[in-house]
Amino acid sequence: MEETGQRSAQFAGDRRIAAPLKRAPLSGWGRYPRCLTDIYRPEKFAELAELITADPHALVARGAGRAYGDAALNAPGRVIDVTRFNRMLAFDDATGILRCEAGVTLGDIIDTFRPRGFFPVVTPGTRFITVGGAIAADVHGKNHHRDSSIAAHLASIDVMLASGEIRRCSPDQNADLFHATAGGMGLTGVIVEAELKLRRIATAWIESETVRAANIDHAIEIFERTDRLYDYSVGWIDCASAASALGRSIVNFGNFATLDQLDGQRRAAPLSLKPRRSLSVPIDFPGFALGPFTVTAFNELYFRTHRDTPRALVDCERFFYPLDSIRDWNRIYGASGFVQYQCAWPMAESRAGLVETLEAIARSRRASFLAVVKKFGAQDGLLSFPMPGYTLSLDFPMRPGLLPFLDQLDAMVLQRGGRLYLAKDARMSPAMFHAGYPRLAEWRAVKAAVDPNNHFSSSLSRRLEMVPA
Amino acid sequence: MAAAAHRIAPGGAPRVLILGATSPIARALALEYAHGGASLYLAARDTAEAARIAQDLAVRTGVAAHAGPFEAGDYAAHPELISRAAAALGGLDGVALCFGALGDEPAAHHDATAARKIIADNYTGAVSILTFAADHLEAQQSGFIIVIGSVAGERGRSRNYIYGSAKGALALFTQGMRARFARTPIHVMTVILGTVDTRMTWGRESAFLTVAPERAAALIHKAWRRRAEVVYVPFFWRFIMGVIKAIPERFFKQLKF
Repeated sequence: MEETGQRSAQFAGDRRIAAPLKRAPLSGWGRYPRCLTDIYRPEKFAELAELITADPHALVARGAGRAYGDAALNAPGRVIDVTRFNRMLAFDDATGILRCEAGVTLGDIIDTFRPRGFFPVVTPGTRFITVGGAIAADVHGKNHHRDSSIAAHLASIDVMLASGEIRRCSPDQNADLFHATAGGMGLTGVIVEAELKLRRIATAWIESETVRAANIDHAIEIFERTDRLYDYSVGWIDCASAASALGRSIVNFGNFATLDQLDGQRRAAPLSLKPRRSLSVPIDFPGFALGPFTVTAFNELYFRTHRDTPRALVDCERFFYPLDSIRDWNRIYGASGFVQYQCAWPMAESRAGLVETLEAIARSRRASFLAVVKKFGAQDGLLSFPMPGYTLSLDFPMRPGLLPFLDQLDAMVLQRGGRLYLAKDARMSPAMFHAGYPRLAEWRAVKAAVDPNNHFSSSLSRRLEMVPA
Repeated sequence: MAAAAHRIAPGGAPRVLILGATSPIARALALEYAHGGASLYLAARDTAEAARIAQDLAVRTGVAAHAGPFEAGDYAAHPELISRAAAALGGLDGVALCFGALGDEPAAHHDATAARKIIADNYTGAVSILTFAADHLEAQQSGFIIVIGSVAGERGRSRNYIYGSAKGALALFTQGMRARFARTPIHVMTVILGTVDTRMTWGRESAFLTVAPERAAALIHKAWRRRAEVVYVPFFWRFIMGVIKAIPERFFKQLKF
């Protein structure tokens, strides 16, 4: 937090809350919306139950603040920053199960366990997220088509309910709470601990392949053909392209390399990597920096500089987290921030959905700097985002006219039975949310049972009317 | 190198008792020692919290980490703590004193009980436990003591002079103890800490001067390795406090900060 906050008056009530409260401007990773918020950051575990039971305000936990929109904002309520609860509690070498607190980051897990030959099964495109946030958003990665979301790799979750009670849940024990908490955006309670299964890796390298696709049909064909061959796959789309080149992309896939795929020098220390240099964006870029011309030029350059490269060894950090080497990259969109739009369609509607969305973007000249396409596989959970089919993820700088344009995209997505990702959303309507998440009624039943007074709510949950008034 | 400099007994890695082990700086300092292979005894009022930190150290580094109760005001229990830690670790090479609390300073300005509590939490309890720790190290003629003080102890200010006086007294006590051990191999280090991003500063921080607890701990550990005697953390506080201490009293007392 860069802002110099101020300490705000504590709710006194009858009981004293030990953790101090700070008032500071707060936003998600997209820096839109932004609001002045009262934030707790408890340092001792006992303080958490104390403040949850004593503070009558609406509360929501916040991890690394990497959700893009308002999932971890709580304008009239309060936010509980759980990043100080980042202790690893136990690790079992035989099963690869790590028991840790919710504030542990994926990066911390990787730095600790990659040298020992373990890696998170599911990771999104940044390692700067917490385990609690990853579970609340039920995040997915480049291997969703094979391994589903992070919830499929949890042995248990411990949730602190509004009463202060800690309830353990898993697919076998309190299963309804488990399926409402993974993907439940922190609204069933505060996720305090989890048991996360790590996968074994023989090397820290990915054997990766890159193929250029001339258009969207070619890209889909590549995904379908390589589905069973690669654990990880993702496509980058040039959204400035149109007509017969609509959806031209660079599709990248890979598997963790085995020991015998490394050359002599790397084989000597297969699990170690050189620390990466990191750059940072020191200032907010001015609004014109990412105008249509720059984005089109960048996309052209990006496409032209990528060749079909069969079998290259890539450091796994670079493969999974290309943007993590640029700290504060969200500042390139300027002070007014940006909106990230990620939708998914059922398999039968995916091609048509991709085509019409890309056409609408090309027409609007709102080309996205980063457009990512990916095939999803099977998915559990009551509010988890993925569904078998394709997903498209786009960045749009916050400009006049953007919100009505996104409403048009919403209507198209909805018509094809698709939906939007809550961890990225900052603006969809309640109707869009309700129609996109058919298991909402089941989720509400669990929510009503564990949190009847709706003590846990967020700017997102109120905006989307996730809980009936 | 550290082991050689501190003449640590068997195995080379020190056996360290952390007092007030649940503070973010204490935890980060314990992790610095654990990465160096040290075994640790984490003593704190909130034993359950200390146990979580001990588990974390063990998972991350594989060292042996123990947790046990410690109450700065429970003087009668202090000698037993030293022997308990030494027994758990198979000996004791060093003690890092990390506890302290701001208390309710505004109330303490008018309430002697609250004022005495701040003195007891930050000074009297420290004097008691360090007296037993010093005798333990003196008997074995080796080891180290790290005492975490504060820039608040360098000059009295209206906002926190009770806390500041306790930290100032603690620094003098530590200085005297360093003189007592001057002709022994025992290393006594005073840390003068600036503002660190913890609950003490949450909502009061100044963006440029506040450092993360992990950074502060790394600097403390580095200073310990080179056997520093008095260290400002981060170093620039030496200059800031140099300027602050140079302001004549009749001007200084008018300043609002």
